[in-house]
Amino acid sequence: MKDLIEIRWHGRGGQGAKTASLLLADAAFNTGKYIQGFPEYGPERMGAPITAYNRISNNPINIHSNIYYPDYVVVVDDSLLDSVDVTAGLKEDGAIIVNTTLDADALKSKLNKYNGAIYKLDARKISMEALGRYFPNTPMLAGIVKISKIMDDEEFLNNMIGSFKHKFAKKPEVIEGNMKALKIALNEIEKI
Amino acid sequence: MKIRERLSGNEAAAIAMKQINPDVVAAFPITPSTEIPQYFSTFVSNGIVDTEFIAVESEHSAMSACIGAEAAGARAMTATSANGLSLMWEMIYIASSLRLPIVMSLVNRAVSGPLNIHNDHSDAMGVRDSGWIQLFSENNQEAYDNLLMAHKIAENENVLLPLMVCQDGFITSHAIENIVLEDDDTVKKFVGEYNPKHYLLNDKEPIAVGPLDLQSYLFEHKRQQAEAMKNAKQVIIDVAKEFEKLTGRKYGLIEEYKLDDADIAIVCMNSTAGTAKHTADILREKGIKAGVLKIRVFRPFPSVEIANALKNIKAVAILDKADSLNAAAGPLFTDITSAMYVNKVNVPTVNYIYGIGGRDATQDDIEKVYNDLQKIVETGEVGNPYRYLGVRGDDK
Repeated sequence: MKDLIEIRWHGRGGQGAKTASLLLADAAFNTGKYIQGFPEYGPERMGAPITAYNRISNNPINIHSNIYYPDYVVVVDDSLLDSVDVTAGLKEDGAIIVNTTLDADALKSKLNKYNGAIYKLDARKISMEALGRYFPNTPMLAGIVKISKIMDDEEFLNNMIGSFKHKFAKKPEVIEGNMKALKIALNEIEKI
Repeated sequence: MKIRERLSGNEAAAIAMKQINPDVVAAFPITPSTEIPQYFSTFVSNGIVDTEFIAVESEHSAMSACIGAEAAGARAMTATSANGLSLMWEMIYIASSLRLPIVMSLVNRAVSGPLNIHNDHSDAMGVRDSGWIQLFSENNQEAYDNLLMAHKIAENENVLLPLMVCQDGFITSHAIENIVLEDDDTVKKFVGEYNPKHYLLNDKEPIAVGPLDLQSYLFEHKRQQAEAMKNAKQVIIDVAKEFEKLTGRKYGLIEEYKLDDADIAIVCMNSTAGTAKHTADILREKGIKAGVLKIRVFRPFPSVEIANALKNIKAVAILDKADSLNAAAGPLFTDITSAMYVNKVNVPTVNYIYGIGGRDATQDDIEKVYNDLQKIVETGEVGNPYRYLGVRGDDK
């Protein structure tokens, strides 16, 4: 892992991008890292574009600003590709992961000629299969862990059981489905 | 025992308050400090603290309730931001002039208008002459540590002044970061019991609090307040030493980051100090001798210490996250250049107003300031000292 990994999340209000960034911070914290997890607060309404951020490092993190030159970008909703410049500042040796059913060429054409690695995941299909409802953030969380190699799959899954037990203390029935969504996503992530 | 945790700045403040377990907390919610009384009221409901939590109907009442409680002999705390602090304004001065060591968590936010809920320091700067001690916090750890030290400073019999612990709204209040907490017993022992000398509920010593104070006395009382603020400086240093012995975490009035051999330096407060340190590290890898001076204690103002820290720098930029709108300079710049003048430190110094209303202060912004300073060193030309950083239309 690089010394400082910077991740930017793009989603729509209500899809759980902020929650996913906090869960990622949690998982990395549990493996001994220094972390930051924070959303960019704007008008809070369902469906509005939102941005959230993570920094993960082996050393204390001093910087306190939004992330303009991310190593990784996660796009939780591909309808944002038409309205938000999701690859802005994204490092060429980094990667982007998009929740989409678009084919490789169609996806590429929407990514502003980005030359780095591009991954896709059908988070809707995975979420419906595992949870019976559309929560794209859980599969995308697995996706970013996989491509950024912040931790290995097993360490991540062990970690997330604890985090979900904490987060869903009042609705334990969804823990199993969320774990299933993570596992499927880890296997189905596709590089184009 | 130390506890490795990850918390937002608001959570850190609420946990500090839980461990302090004050007699009274009176608060009214306002973004971005809302979570502090929200979390704290949960501790109250769950019986984790035995604080009397007063859910008042306004911030004016929140401060009034704290004043009443503290005058009665209780330890009182509150939390607020921006316009909440504005609504307290009248009572802010009453609290300090009655010498009541109330502790406030102030989550810094722009004072409207137009309506804005994001970070700058206009709220804290608005009360800089009100007689409150003001500590600023770079991150969640410092917001927590400053609160743990707050009562020992404020309640010291040579001080007896209210104290506010500031942190940046959203930037640190809503960001999850690593933090080291002390265990409850350690904190309880460190903070200690509050045993005021004079208080209203002492039936052996009937006193009046806040009576009429006209031409023949008010001046002397204000002079005593000023003396208390002077005394606070040494008390803040002493408490920090005691805190360092306990936790290993060192605090001073100011923090000098790579200033020893620095040619150029940025002076700032709160979270920007971290971004400036990060940027100075990167510039140092390129051989540029950049440093940072962080002001932790803004009131009392450490004028001699600041002047000393800057005397060997070749060019200095002072970053103000509030504009004085006085056609001259921001508040931090005015105080620091005054300190430099009276202490005979003559270093080219410029002012940047930045980060107003939550405008992000980026690494690129900080680099631009260091670049400007290098130009000043090279040419010896200061130019216009009253500058803006990151604003459209006037970016110079």
